[in-house]
Amino acid sequence: MNNHHGKALSWEWNDGVIELALHREPCNEIGSLALQELEEFASALQDLRYESHSLIVYSRQKPGFCAGADLRELYESSRRMEKSAATAGVRDFLERIHRVMNIIDAAPLTTIAAVHGVTFGGGFELALVCDLIIADKMARFCFPELRLGLVPGFGGIPRLKRDLGNAVVRDLLLTGRSFNATKAQQIGLVSQVVAEGQALRAARGTAAQIGKFDRRTAIAAKEFIKPIPYEELRREIDIFCELFAQPAVEAGLKKFAESTDAQPYLP
Amino acid sequence: MQTADQTLDEILSLAAAHFKVPREKLTPDDDFFKTLGIDSLQALDLLTRLEHHFHVELPDYELQGVSDFRTLAERIQARL
Repeated sequence: MNNHHGKALSWEWNDGVIELALHREPCNEIGSLALQELEEFASALQDLRYESHSLIVYSRQKPGFCAGADLRELYESSRRMEKSAATAGVRDFLERIHRVMNIIDAAPLTTIAAVHGVTFGGGFELALVCDLIIADKMARFCFPELRLGLVPGFGGIPRLKRDLGNAVVRDLLLTGRSFNATKAQQIGLVSQVVAEGQALRAARGTAAQIGKFDRRTAIAAKEFIKPIPYEELRREIDIFCELFAQPAVEAGLKKFAESTDAQPYLP
Repeated sequence: MQTADQTLDEILSLAAAHFKVPREKLTPDDDFFKTLGIDSLQALDLLTRLEHHFHVELPDYELQGVSDFRTLAERIQARL
């Protein structure tokens, strides 16, 4: 399926470049709908990879790239269940999102996240699976999970560890602070910082350059420099589920879900 | 190095221009959430703009509970 228009995301193929657009209000929160459509995309990617050299992931939502997991949906679904059933449901969700993330991470094409605005939690993790992150200067990154009594669950910790020094990883995780694109570039997460509204344009220009290279060479280079930390990814799911069973998480989710602020992202 | 008053003035001017509020309507002790009519997501946007403008890094936990321009200016001034 070269082109697809879904409720949470859409993709288009054109001349070797796949563009995956996220467009669910308010800021592309990843819940059951987005997960299902991401799985459909991952399936389509298995066919499209033979005729593609690049994938660009971007958002059409003004507030940002992606605000992360749909915590309101998580709260609403888990409060109706016994704790053990809720934890099992979370584990199933994580297993599924990890499969999608791993497929994109290992895809034999060059993947580019073109990000702007809020790039938090699971949204940050989606950007981290990509080979390159090109950021609008107004992009803002954050792993806020510790505020809820959790750790990132979509593969964020192993992939941060893959890309950054451990001291920086500790700072980002343990303080839960947000940081801008300039900082992200300084610490080595972002490869290009561009003017406001220019991330997608820059990503398309980068993809055009990538398309000039021999695919087999590019794939060999990617496999060599970007190992996938499968063992740590498995461990992350276990840690997340252990923490999810703790009472502090329910309280944290309740506080978030019942916030009267339209966008309760500020710590 | 610029003075605290200059920092405050630049914050007010930047906020007025970006959120399209007349500069003269903003005063140092205003609650910027109310005066600018912004939510926490837009406050993050303002934070990013201020970081770029002043070339500083402002950990968001330092701004917890800060809602007036004067205190915001003090936090920024401490990092200049």
